[in-house]
Amino acid sequence: MEAPAKRTLAVWKFASCDGCQLSVLDLEDELLTLADHLEIAYFLEASSAVLDGPYDVSLVEGSITTAHDAERIRAVRANSRALITIGACATAGGIQALRNFGDVEEFTRIVYASPDYISTLATSTPISAHVAVDFELNGCPINKRQLLEVISAHLNRRRPRVRAHSVCVECKRRGTVCVMVAHGTPCLGPVTHAGCGAICPAFNRGCYGCYGPKETPNTVSLDTWSGTGEHDLVRVYRTFNAGAGAFKQASEGHERD
Amino acid sequence: MSETSRTRTIRTDYLARVEGEGGMYVKLDGRRVDEVKLRLYEPPRFFEAFLRGRSFTEVPDITARICGICPVAYQMSSARAMEDACGVRIDDGPIRDLRRLIYCGEWIESHSLHVYMLHAPDFLGYPGAIEMARDHREIVEQGLRMKQAGNALMTVIGGREVHPINVRVGGFYRAPTRAGLRALIDPLERARETALATVRWTSTLVFPDVEIEPEHVALADPDGYPIDRGRIVSDRGLDIEPSAFADHIVEEHVEHSTALHARLRERGSYLTGPLARYSLASAALRPLAREAAREAGLGSSCRNPFRSIVVRAVELVQAADEALALIDAYQPPDPPAIEVHPRRSVGHGATEAPRGMLYHRYEIDEDGTILDARIVPPTSQNQRAIEEDLRGVVERSLDLSDEDLTQRCEQAIRNHDPCISCSTHFLDLTVDRE
Repeated sequence: MEAPAKRTLAVWKFASCDGCQLSVLDLEDELLTLADHLEIAYFLEASSAVLDGPYDVSLVEGSITTAHDAERIRAVRANSRALITIGACATAGGIQALRNFGDVEEFTRIVYASPDYISTLATSTPISAHVAVDFELNGCPINKRQLLEVISAHLNRRRPRVRAHSVCVECKRRGTVCVMVAHGTPCLGPVTHAGCGAICPAFNRGCYGCYGPKETPNTVSLDTWSGTGEHDLVRVYRTFNAGAGAFKQASEGHERD
Repeated sequence: MSETSRTRTIRTDYLARVEGEGGMYVKLDGRRVDEVKLRLYEPPRFFEAFLRGRSFTEVPDITARICGICPVAYQMSSARAMEDACGVRIDDGPIRDLRRLIYCGEWIESHSLHVYMLHAPDFLGYPGAIEMARDHREIVEQGLRMKQAGNALMTVIGGREVHPINVRVGGFYRAPTRAGLRALIDPLERARETALATVRWTSTLVFPDVEIEPEHVALADPDGYPIDRGRIVSDRGLDIEPSAFADHIVEEHVEHSTALHARLRERGSYLTGPLARYSLASAALRPLAREAAREAGLGSSCRNPFRSIVVRAVELVQAADEALALIDAYQPPDPPAIEVHPRRSVGHGATEAPRGMLYHRYEIDEDGTILDARIVPPTSQNQRAIEEDLRGVVERSLDLSDEDLTQRCEQAIRNHDPCISCSTHFLDLTVDRE
């Protein structure tokens, strides 16, 4: 009797640093087992062998910054049963979304001697601005344990156990003393999505929001008593998740103030 | 293959097993190579533009996001540049040692990835490491375990393997405990054994007999093999402080690339990375790594890009052995960072990323606001030399079929471990035969 066909996984890259797809290769203990259970059908960083779609699960890294990529993501969507975005670029536009608050022509002139050679969109946008997304995994970078959970959940047709509460909860579970209460260190933990394991406070620094906004974050309340000036607060919210709804509103609010 | 009379085009639109997006294009007219282009079409992300207006303290976190494979390199070059701007030097002592230690972790992680997952499949004839593992599971597993040891080092010191959070201008947020680092001795000793086995194994691979010409450029550190600091030197007489980088190296914008191409003002293309480092500093290797290189038949220098897999393996021995020595002597820096106060100034920083020299320059205001940023990653420095190498490869391989020629060209590119995401301002292989 023939074994049932393995389900297929594809990994796609758009504008990004490669760090989130590297997380797949960083699953040193699980990678080969994973490959025993599913067919890695398209993953250029790992293999030149390419199988035709449609793919059961597509992992998408990176944001959309060119007209060509805006077309390419539609083709990826059409060829994927489930599409999962991995990381802050794919989920919120990434650090390169800082162009959304500036002038991309000026940006091009600053970096390139011949701006005419460069074709780019004025914005960096998340995948969900272009196509339907089945699941978004936050983080800059993503947590590889969460990635494994998301892949496993999709293969077993269940909801991924990825909590949307704040980093504060992770600090409490880990037993880390609050850096804001104990040391007055500004910290985005109360408004930031869990998932990293609350690493920064455990290293005596405030959370800098690399997992993006948690569910229903109260940035106004946090900013009132964090003791950080308006100008600095604009910068605080404008990093790797600058384009994510609640962080975008917060930075724009402080810019007006 | 398009064989209209004498034209032949070979192209790969999406190169596999490189970091980031690129391709190649080669056009032949009969037996003459008309055009060779390494096309880096990674979309521009404009780091140097949006760094303007940011605070000097933010560069380690922000520039790390240029590259997920070598974030520590970005953190180290940017921190050094900012410290230079602010009149602070961290050239010895426990903070510097801890910086070298986390950098060793990145070298182990990045080189293990390249040797086992990106490069080895070319020599053994597989499309990738996962396919290779079906026949050679033990080889791939030992590579993954060595990579894991590097990642563990990054995690204990930096908090996580991709985009560590513990590096700051002036040092670290928190020093790891001695016990935390001692737990890594076991996996690192195993990684060192694996690295030695990797040198022996890679030295038995079959290499085409070629040598390439470009000038080798690397940092020179009086204390040992270059990683985290040094003057910029070459095998043709270059010997400058990083602050003189722009006096000797220019970046040019070419149409087929979103990376700027760097070249030496006086002499043109040059190569940075493992071959250059080894050729300029093999005498500074730790005895264990030097002996492994000698047994593998490497001379005091190496100009064969195919053999770079052996050189990377030697650097794996170096990094694992040095990491163990640093852990053995470790005293937690107290405080973990020295205070750095901004002033209106310009600062320069150059360190050795796994792929080669990475140079940063910042101009800051008196309150530490960044006025101008310039970042020159190794791959944009190497792009011209890679294209010249590729031209040589095509000229020597004209009798191959298009399929075999494409494969040979792709391997020639992977020999250099280009990191395209990295090229902030930065492949597609096509061979056109006319």
